[in-house]
Amino acid sequence: MDTRLGIDHVRASLARMTGDEKHEESSTSTLDALWVLYDRILRVDPSEPTDPDRDRFILSKGHGPAAYYAVLAAKGFFPEEELAGFLTWGNALGSHPDRHQVPGVEASTGSLGHGLPIGIGVALALRAEGRSDRRVIVLCGDAELNEGSNWEAILLAPSLELSALTLLLIDNHSSSIPMGPWRERLGAFGWDVAVVGGHDRDALEAALALRPGRPNAVIADIPEGEW
Amino acid sequence: MVIDMRTQLVRTSTELLEADHHMAVVLADISVDRFEPAFTAAPGRVVNVGIMEQTLIGVAAGFAMEGFRVVAHSIAPFLVERPLEQIKVDFAYQGLGGTLVSIGAPYDYGTEGGTHHAPGDVQELLAIPGAEVIVPGTAREFDAVLRASVVNGRLTYVRASIEQNERSHGATPGRLEVLRGGSRAVVLAVGPMLDRTLEACADLDVTVAYVVGIRPFDADGLAAVVGDRPLVISVEPFYEGTMAAILTEALRSVPARFVSVGVPRRFVTAYGTPAEHDADLGMDVAGIRRRVTAALEG
Repeated sequence: MDTRLGIDHVRASLARMTGDEKHEESSTSTLDALWVLYDRILRVDPSEPTDPDRDRFILSKGHGPAAYYAVLAAKGFFPEEELAGFLTWGNALGSHPDRHQVPGVEASTGSLGHGLPIGIGVALALRAEGRSDRRVIVLCGDAELNEGSNWEAILLAPSLELSALTLLLIDNHSSSIPMGPWRERLGAFGWDVAVVGGHDRDALEAALALRPGRPNAVIADIPEGEW
Repeated sequence: MVIDMRTQLVRTSTELLEADHHMAVVLADISVDRFEPAFTAAPGRVVNVGIMEQTLIGVAAGFAMEGFRVVAHSIAPFLVERPLEQIKVDFAYQGLGGTLVSIGAPYDYGTEGGTHHAPGDVQELLAIPGAEVIVPGTAREFDAVLRASVVNGRLTYVRASIEQNERSHGATPGRLEVLRGGSRAVVLAVGPMLDRTLEACADLDVTVAYVVGIRPFDADGLAAVVGDRPLVISVEPFYEGTMAAILTEALRSVPARFVSVGVPRRFVTAYGTPAEHDADLGMDVAGIRRRVTAALEG
């Protein structure tokens, strides 16, 4: 993995993508978590983005993908020059990611509440193939968890003992309906929950280290105004 | 011995699971007891997600994303209508193949009320680009269709029903079969409607053709049998008019008239056997004969 470029470079490259200002906070809220994932956690190779032995990452919420694109580009999944074409005709980088157009994107998302059920299926398939050591990490937003499909999946994953599955929840307090307390709610469903500051990269790295036994949930808390 | 399509689903799926270690079946509490031997035969590849139909489709799509050939199964309204967006996004938009097998449409669960009926399922799926729809007429046809769809790499809906025809036919999706000739119209019988259509038209001067593939549809085959000023009467086990766009496209080069003999577009609120519903909705032999005759006279 190319680690020559740091997060400050990625943060600067976000400025090259304009036109999706309504989702800017959604994007910047995910930046540190995405960087930690691709810099320190995920076993992925940008030169072989479909390698069967890779870890899988699904950006379930799909919204505000500028940070995702910037991280993927910095890590070498596609040339950084493509960032300037964000949201323009003929460019692959739309306001929701497309797996057919962007190398490294596992699932085309944008409609909320799809990533976690798909992630369960991916984790089950990997287990059936004897690849339980490969991780499946699904990033959701706090407001995305208004969708009932997520709660189906949150109920199901512990009963299937999917310890390779991690829910990375970016809680930037954007939900119209208060959703916490996460530790108690997700814990009651059987998840192993860690709550950390969403901009604290060392804490995110520690929380994202696999805790075997149960599905993991990592809550990246982003206080209002600190998006 | 004649078996029903649901029993055939379990038999065929279990055989495929045993033969193919990249095959998976996902259930949502329906038919789980029937699949018990498959749970043992293919551990980890037969999954019951409980009463979670959105997750049923999402989990099946996850298997497909990893290259598995996957079957997802439930009762038609819960397999198609509740998770329609998951079918669109998780399978079709992702470009994934998978086989969705329903039971119960259009109103096989005749005493359960409108919540358990799904005469709109086919039209809803036809709105999804790339989704294929197959309606077999017998358990043997169902077996052939399921084996073909599981390996075709495309999103395919296979609609199983309690009603079935006495005789099986080729049941090749995308191929129409002419069973008898006539001059006044082509009566196109879909899947389990064939036997009653043949009986209803026994003394009418019409061609009767049989089809299981709604998409892909045998447009060339239909064009070949209808002549240059055709009257086509489709006998469809779903909402009337569902096939109109398909028939229009198939006969776009000739002036044609279409009449649909299908399930009337209203909620079915009565309780009774499928046969009683058929009689009430004009889908039994007498009703089909009445509606075909009216079309011929119209």
